[in-house]
Amino acid sequence: MARLNSPEELEKFRQEVVSKRDPNTPCISICAGAGCIASGASEVIAAFKAEIEKQGLKTDVADTKETGCPGFCERGPIVVIYPEEICYLQVTPEDVPEIISQTIKEKKVVDRLLYVDPTTGEKATHESDIPFYKNQERNIIGNNIHIDPKSIDDYLALGGYSALVKVLSGMTSEEVVEEVKKSNLRGRGGGGFPAGRKWEGSRNAPDETKYVIVNADEGDPGAFMDRALLEGNPHSILEGLIIGGYAIGSHEGYIYVRQEYPLAVENVNIAIKQAEAYGFIGENILGSGFDFTITVHQGAGAFVCGESTALMTALEGRAGEPRPKYIRSNIKGLWERPSVLNNVETWANVPLIINKGADWFTQFGTDGSKGTKIFSLVGKITNTGLVEVPMGITLKDIIYQIGGGIPGGKRFKAVQTGGPSGGCIPEELLDLEVGFDELSKAGSMMGSGGMIVMDEDTCMVDVARYFINFLTDESCGKCVPCREGLRQMLKILTNITEGKGKAGDIELLEELSEVAGDASLCALGTSAPNPFLSTVRYFRDEYEAHIKEKRCPALSCKELISYHIDPDKCTACMICLRKCPVEAVDGGKKKIHIIDQEKCTKCATCFEVCPSRFSAVQKISGEPVPAPIPEDARTIVKKSKEK
Amino acid sequence: MSEILLQIDGKEVEAKEGMTVLQAAQSAGISIPTLCHHEKLEPFGGCRICIVEVEVRGWTKHVVSCVYPVAENLVVKTRSEKIDKIRKMILELLLAHAPDSPELQDLAQEYGADKDRFEKEASFCIHCALCVRYCAEVKKANAVGFVDRGIRKEISFIPEISSKECKSCMECFPLCPTSYLQAVFVLTEALASPSLSSDPEQMD
Amino acid sequence: MDINRIDKIIDKYQGDASALIQVLLEIQSENHWLPKEALERVSEKLEVPLSRIQHIATFYKAFSLVPKGRHEVHICMGTACHVRGATRVLDTVEDLTGIKPGESDLDLKFSLETVNCLGCCALGPVMEIDGKTHGKMSPPETADVLKSYE
Repeated sequence: MARLNSPEELEKFRQEVVSKRDPNTPCISICAGAGCIASGASEVIAAFKAEIEKQGLKTDVADTKETGCPGFCERGPIVVIYPEEICYLQVTPEDVPEIISQTIKEKKVVDRLLYVDPTTGEKATHESDIPFYKNQERNIIGNNIHIDPKSIDDYLALGGYSALVKVLSGMTSEEVVEEVKKSNLRGRGGGGFPAGRKWEGSRNAPDETKYVIVNADEGDPGAFMDRALLEGNPHSILEGLIIGGYAIGSHEGYIYVRQEYPLAVENVNIAIKQAEAYGFIGENILGSGFDFTITVHQGAGAFVCGESTALMTALEGRAGEPRPKYIRSNIKGLWERPSVLNNVETWANVPLIINKGADWFTQFGTDGSKGTKIFSLVGKITNTGLVEVPMGITLKDIIYQIGGGIPGGKRFKAVQTGGPSGGCIPEELLDLEVGFDELSKAGSMMGSGGMIVMDEDTCMVDVARYFINFLTDESCGKCVPCREGLRQMLKILTNITEGKGKAGDIELLEELSEVAGDASLCALGTSAPNPFLSTVRYFRDEYEAHIKEKRCPALSCKELISYHIDPDKCTACMICLRKCPVEAVDGGKKKIHIIDQEKCTKCATCFEVCPSRFSAVQKISGEPVPAPIPEDARTIVKKSKEK
Repeated sequence: MSEILLQIDGKEVEAKEGMTVLQAAQSAGISIPTLCHHEKLEPFGGCRICIVEVEVRGWTKHVVSCVYPVAENLVVKTRSEKIDKIRKMILELLLAHAPDSPELQDLAQEYGADKDRFEKEASFCIHCALCVRYCAEVKKANAVGFVDRGIRKEISFIPEISSKECKSCMECFPLCPTSYLQAVFVLTEALASPSLSSDPEQMD
Repeated sequence: MDINRIDKIIDKYQGDASALIQVLLEIQSENHWLPKEALERVSEKLEVPLSRIQHIATFYKAFSLVPKGRHEVHICMGTACHVRGATRVLDTVEDLTGIKPGESDLDLKFSLETVNCLGCCALGPVMEIDGKTHGKMSPPETADVLKSYE
C-alpha cells in the first residue's frame, strides 16, 4: 500500500475502493463487539464461513463482514443482511445453514429470527423498523454495523478522513476551533465542559509542545459506549484526534484505554498501523506539512484514572493520583504542557461537526446541550443496549419507547445516571428532558451516559452503600475528606443495611457528605456523596424504615429479610427441599414444608424454585416470621371428589 | 519576580509571584493550621486542613492554601463557619486513628473536635506522607513509600534499602505526628532479619 | 521469569521511565504475576525507585505480587451486574472454590478477583474466566461453568 501524499491521491484511492464494491452484493454483517462475542458470535461467524465454503459460494454471491457493535446487545448475536437490511436476532450456529439457503439463495426471510414487538406481536424485518433503533438518532453509532473495524478501506468507503482533508487543505487552526466552539459540543465523559473553549485555551497557550489525549478509561460501571465506539469504529476517533491536534498546535496524541477492553486495544492498534501506512499519521500528512503521532497507553485497573489529572499522571508512569486543578490542565497538563483531554465520544463527534458543519450539529438537542448522546441503557430493562438519542428527549421515552419498559411486570423505581458521581432519578421526574444541566438540577449528572434502570426489588439504601463501597476501593486515598469520609460513610450505610442503623445516622452521613463535597482534592471525592444524597432526597422513607423498623421495603437486604413458606399455598412438592443448599427445609411428601430459620442462609434458592403457580415462598421484613403451624396440621389431605 | 497585593482576613498582604496563599499568610504572621505541610517539601495538599475561602472575579470557592497560588486582588478568609466545620470534621476523622497524637490534640482543642466521634480504628497513620516525601525529595533514598490505594493505603519500607540507609539517618522519625512511622520501621527490621530477633540466645 | 525476557520488554519501550506501567503490564500478562526479581530489574533498568514501583504494583488492580492460579476468575461487580444479582454469583463462586476475592486456592487452580465493569453490561451478571466472558449467569449456571474447568 503506497502512502497517500495528497488529498487528490486520497480521493482517487477512495473512488477505487468504492468502485470495487457492488452495493447489490449480499453482505452478511455479523456484530463482533465484545458483547456479542460473549453471547457466541465467534461461533456464528465461523459457522457462516464454513457454510459458505461448504456450499461453494463465491464472494459475489455472499460475503461476510465482522462489524462493530450496533448497540442492541440484549438480542445478540446480531446478523444484518445487506442490501435488503434484514435483521436477525439471537442467531445461533444452528440457524446458519437455513439463513444461507433461505435468505441468501432464495431471498426469503427466516421468520423466527426476526424481532417481535412484545405488545403488538408485530414482526420487524428491517433493522430500521425495529422500535429500539427507529426511535434513536444514530449519527455516530449508526456506522458501526457497516464497518469492519479492522478494515480502513471500510471507513474510507463511507467517506472517512474527508473531515481531515477539509481541515488540512482549507481551514486554519483558528477556524477549526471556532467551528467546534460554534457547535457547542460539550464533553461527553462527565464534565460537560465546552470542548471548543477547552481547545481555545490550549491553542492560545504559549508553549511549543502540546498534547491531545483520548480518555478511553470508561470506568463508570454500566457504561460501555466508548468501548463500542473504539472497538467498532476506531478510525473515527483517530480522525477526530488528528483534527484536534491540528487545531491546538499539538503533534503528539495519546489514547489511554482501559486494560479491561482488550478488543478495543487490539482494534485501535491495528487502526493506527493502517493509518500510518496510508499516511494519515506521521510526517507531512497528505502533503500539508502537519506532523502527528499517536501512542496507545493501557490502563491497569483503576477507576480514578478516568479523572483527567490522574490520567495524565498515569501517562507519566506514576500511580494515578489526581492533582489540584487550580491551574487548568489545558494550560498545564501532561508533563506540565497544555493538554486537551476529551472523551472518546467527544472526539467521535469532531469529524461530523467538521464535515456537516456546526449549524447541522446544533439542530439536534436543546439550547444548553447540543447534539446527540449515546447512553448505555442497562439493568432492569427489556431492551438493554446502547441508544443514541438527541439531547432533550425525555427519560420516559428512552426507558419505555426505546427500552421497552421494565421486564417481568415489575414497577419502575428509579434510573441511576452518571455512575458513582451521579444520582438516582425517581418516577415522578421521568418527564425530565435529558441534558447536562437538567440532570444536575435533579441531583444527578450526565456523566459518561450510563443509565441503570432499577425496579421495585432494588433497595435504594443498598444502592448508596454499593457506590460508596465502590469508591472506598477506587479512591486514590490521598486526601482525608474522601478517604476517611467515605470510610465512615461505608460503615454507617453497611450498618443500616444490616439492621444496625440508629438515630442520627442520616444526619451524620449528611455532614460527612458536606465535608467530602467541599474539601476533597478531586471530583471523585467531591461527587462521591451524590448517590447517598440523591437516594436520601427521593427515598428517605426507605432509610427510615431500615433504621427505625429494621425493615427493607424492597425485600432485598439479606440481614433484614426472612424467608417463609405460606402453609396455605405449599403443596409439599419437595422442589425447594431438594434444592436448598443447607438443608434448611423440613418436610416431606404431603407434609407442608417449613424453613428452619436458624439454618437458613437467605440464598433465595427456595424463593426462585417454587413453581409460580404455587408462589408459596414469601419474603418477610420488619416483622417476625409467623410461628410454624402445629405438626398435626402439616399433613396434606387430598380432598375427595364430590360424587 | 513581580509584587502581588492580596487581602487575607481583611489585612493587606504583600507577596511575590509564585508564592502560595499559605506562604503569604505565614509571612504576614497569619496562622493557618497544617498537618502535611513542610517548608523543605513540595506542597502535598492531602490533609486539606489548611483550607481557606478565596474570592476571585466575584466567585467564592474553597481551596487548600498550601497549593493555591497568590493572585493580584485575591480576597482570602482563613476562618469561617464552614471552614471551621470542615477542619473539625477532618480532625475527628483522623483522631479515630490516632487519638494520642500531640499535633491532632492541640488542633482538636482549638476547633472543638471530639476524639470519640467516630469508632476507633487503631491504624495510627494519618497519611500526611511527610516520611515518604522527605525520604524521596530531601534524602533521595526512597526507603519508604506507599502501597495500595483508597482505605487500604498504607506506608511500607523497602527492607533492602532501609536496612542500609535508615539506622544512620532517621531524620524522618521526628516528622511523624503519630509515631506510627517508628513502629513500622521496627517491625520491618524484625521481619527482615527474623533469625536475630527470634533466637533466645541472641537476646540479652 | 527469565531476566532476558524482562530486558527485552523494557528495551521495547526504549528504557522510557514513563512507560513503567506498560512494561509491568507486559510482564504481568506473560508471567501472570510480578516476582520481586522482576520489579528489581525494572527498577534498575528504568532508573525508577523501587518504592514507586511497589506503589504502582499495588495501586493498580491489574497487577499481582503473588502467583496466580491456572484459571483467573473475574466476577463483574459493576452497577448493572449488581442490580441483576452479581452478589449471588460471587457468593456461589466463593462457596464452590473456598476462596475470597484476591485469593487463590491451595492447588493454585483458581484465582478469584472482582472487577468493576467489563463493559458487557447488557449481559449481566457477567463472569470472565481466562479472558472468556460468560454472560447472564445465575448461581446454578455459575456452578456448571466452574465445574467444566480442570
